Amino acid sequence: MSSWLRFAPIFLLLLIVAAMLWRLANPPDTTVHSQMIGKPVPQFALAAAVPGVAGLSSAQLADGKPKLIHFFASWCVPCIGEAPVLDQLKKQGVQIDGIAIRDRPDELAQFLARNGDPFDRIGSDPESKTQLAFGSSGVPETFLVDGRGVIRLQHIGAIEPGEVPAITAAVEQAR
Amino acid sequence: MIAKPKHQRLVLVAIALVAMLAAVLLAMWGLRDRAAYFYTPADVVAGKAQPGQSIRLGGMVQKGSVQRLADGVTVRFVLTDGAAKVPVVFRGIVPDLFREGSGAIAEGSLESGGTFDATNILAKHDERYMPPQMGNQAAEHQTAKTVDR
Amino acid sequence: MIAETGLAALWLAASLSLLQLVLGFVPAISKSGSGPIRAVAVLQGVLTLFSFAMLLLVFATTDLSVSLVAENSHSAKPWLYKIAGTWGNHEGSMLLWVTVLGVSGAALAIFSRRLEERTFIAALAAQGALALGFFIFLLFASNPFARLNPPAFEGRGLNPILQDPGLAFHPPTLYLGYVGLSVAFSLAVGALITGKVDRELARAMRPWVLGAWIFLTLGITAGSYWAYYDLGWGGWWFWDPVENASLMPWLAATALLHSLNVLAARDSLRAWTVMLAMIAFSMSMVGTFLVRSGVLTSVHAFAVDPKRGVFLLILLAFYVGAALLLFALRSGKLSEGPEFELLSREAALVGNNLLLSVILGVVFIGTLYPLFVEALTGAKLSVGAPYFNAVVGPIALALMALITIGPLLNWRQDSGERLKRLAIPALLGVTAFVVLLIAVPQDGLLAKLGFGFAVALFPASLLPLLGRKLRRTPLTTYAMVLAHFGVATAVAGMSISSLTTSETLIAAKPGEIVSVGRWSIRFDSIRPVVGPNWTALEATLYATRGGAIETLKPQARFYTDPPTETTQSAILTTLNGQLYTVVGQQVGDRWQLRLWWKPMVTLIWLGGFLIAIGGALALIGRAWRGWRRGSVR
Repeated sequence: MSSWLRFAPIFLLLLIVAAMLWRLANPPDTTVHSQMIGKPVPQFALAAAVPGVAGLSSAQLADGKPKLIHFFASWCVPCIGEAPVLDQLKKQGVQIDGIAIRDRPDELAQFLARNGDPFDRIGSDPESKTQLAFGSSGVPETFLVDGRGVIRLQHIGAIEPGEVPAITAAVEQAR
Repeated sequence: MIAKPKHQRLVLVAIALVAMLAAVLLAMWGLRDRAAYFYTPADVVAGKAQPGQSIRLGGMVQKGSVQRLADGVTVRFVLTDGAAKVPVVFRGIVPDLFREGSGAIAEGSLESGGTFDATNILAKHDERYMPPQMGNQAAEHQTAKTVDR
Repeated sequence: MIAETGLAALWLAASLSLLQLVLGFVPAISKSGSGPIRAVAVLQGVLTLFSFAMLLLVFATTDLSVSLVAENSHSAKPWLYKIAGTWGNHEGSMLLWVTVLGVSGAALAIFSRRLEERTFIAALAAQGALALGFFIFLLFASNPFARLNPPAFEGRGLNPILQDPGLAFHPPTLYLGYVGLSVAFSLAVGALITGKVDRELARAMRPWVLGAWIFLTLGITAGSYWAYYDLGWGGWWFWDPVENASLMPWLAATALLHSLNVLAARDSLRAWTVMLAMIAFSMSMVGTFLVRSGVLTSVHAFAVDPKRGVFLLILLAFYVGAALLLFALRSGKLSEGPEFELLSREAALVGNNLLLSVILGVVFIGTLYPLFVEALTGAKLSVGAPYFNAVVGPIALALMALITIGPLLNWRQDSGERLKRLAIPALLGVTAFVVLLIAVPQDGLLAKLGFGFAVALFPASLLPLLGRKLRRTPLTTYAMVLAHFGVATAVAGMSISSLTTSETLIAAKPGEIVSVGRWSIRFDSIRPVVGPNWTALEATLYATRGGAIETLKPQARFYTDPPTETTQSAILTTLNGQLYTVVGQQVGDRWQLRLWWKPMVTLIWLGGFLIAIGGALALIGRAWRGWRRGSVR
């Protein structure tokens, strides 16, 4: 038997191992990514979610200043861990507006009291209509909207402390 | 016809190679139109999916879109990814995790009229999604990695 | 304390496996016999078993200070499932894996007597090497005995879908199969090193492969039946990546089993047999990797951890790579076996091996194809039943033809005389096929052909007994007959049920009568019921087809910890099929009901069971023969 033939199974093994290594490094992405990036924000006008804090509408987003739109809820567990990161962003001068999905005012108020309130405005989205219009599929998710009201970035899941510099840089670029 | 020993080994090796080749060719033939590609609603609306072809369509079940038909077992709903919507029809018992506003994957094919005819629905179990009813129980379960269904 | 004892035993066993590996090099240096390495292998097995016993104890007593118990058990769980919970998670099942590996090595050390000594030592050393790698994985990346401080107040409960008696025994049965094949691997490696691939090797390897194969057959059959009745979809095989991962070693082991018979009887097919022995256990390792690494998504998959995946991948690559390298370097030294004709039993068995390998190949390709495509093009796709059925089906039919003809051929050279006896079975088969073509006009050519082949195989499998003195016929011949008869049974069941199943999907009000097939079913009522850790809505159905009225109670069940909903089907088994009922959601004042009448479906699992019994008869037959001859096998 020629040596090429006898060593062929080993080459095949190497190919398969390479494919497996690739997959381990790039886990299957089962999240739904928004198709709205690069497009203007969908039209919406949301009532105040918490008494004392203004609601949010799409018209307010094209005021020349980039901002983060943060989808969250009082029942969203990872949002609790993310709160200090949002505070940090706010301290660095990033403007953050919130959209609370499927929530109740009293529970929201409790959540904000316990975890801090980095939001300028919070809109109430009781049926996730605005959330879906943004192309968001879960909480927490954060969208970067530039001064002209165009969606520039989608961040799925809680923002890690290590990602703060990248986000502030992106906000700067969006001016 | 008794093959000589040297020939016999050669014949056996040749047969082994033919078998391997046959396996690969057979697999390629089978995969050509029996592998189901995954599309998003935006892909479908843009015309990337062929009608009649077996595919998987993934997206969010649009709130308010779920309609139960009179026979009690057929359901119509809309799958969306924010940019586009595809109407879906499914006849069967929907999985327990199937909810409006939640993720789902429909297996089936696109009809010429633009509706997706689903033969199977897979509802996504999303750890990030804790419906309000869970209340504080959610905290206990937050790090539990349950089996992905 | 118990946990620490278990962990200590594990460390000791790991060190012993290293010693076992090192002792394999001793014959190259000195002339001492196999005594020391045998003792080490036995001790290693005993210690590993002890460690597993400690884990069992910790689960049985719901010791919540052990992290694994806190994450996977619950004090309210019935005791059977507490015990089964030991292996219902990654770390525990990995320990079970390693335990079977160690105990197999110990058994090999104790029971193998006729094998040439240097080959035997090399094989035990190989087994030690296998164990060492997995011990390292267990101790450094999957410690089952890790403590939780402070102890948990309550456990997080096993997934309720796994709380089932059939499923409780499914992993141990399968692992005895998968990991039992490690002995074949080690023996093959040992024989390649010493160059002694011969009849002795075949006879030494055969009982191990038989034993492992019997458990694999039972495990796969049981797993299929579990999926059938528990998932509520009425299907019994989904070509799920993890199901495929259990099928691939079985295919290799079946080919190996038949190849071993050729090697033992005729001293032929040496390279093939050794290669198959290595592939079979390699497939077991690939299966373990696929299930635990998150590389393929599946209902079966354990919690995903890429770091563990990388570790297992490295182990796998190392072991399989080393084995393939050894084969590449040493197989040239294996001498030719005696020649045989095209019409001979050897040739039929070569054909058998080939077809099984082709099936293994296409299943392997189909399972990994989505991964390759995504890596190369980014496109996501899935490969399911349409591919597998279309590709495996025709090859399986060809295989059935071989099963029909092969046993009737003589070794080396056959005149074809005995093949004339196949005239009647062939006629019966063709008749059955034609009858189905007429009776079932719609699609399903593959199933109709399958039934035709099965009908021919039923009498054909008995033909080897024709003209023999039945009391003088060796048990191994009966074993072959039964196993092949089992194949016909299973295929007949698959064909008939796929062609003639009736289904009714309807939303009905209590009091209504629905029908499926020739059954008339009255949906009497639906009411809440309570179980040990669940609540459910139970429907009461009264079914009849002209005779006695049977009661069926399907449920929609809700578990509390973790919160999950499942459907519990209610199945009525009759002589000619099963009535399968499922209750769905409430729609207004109606309830969704899904009912199937599946004729002959039980033949599928009966067939699998018969195949396993055939294997057991072969094992007993050989042991009996060995005992009578005075030597052990």
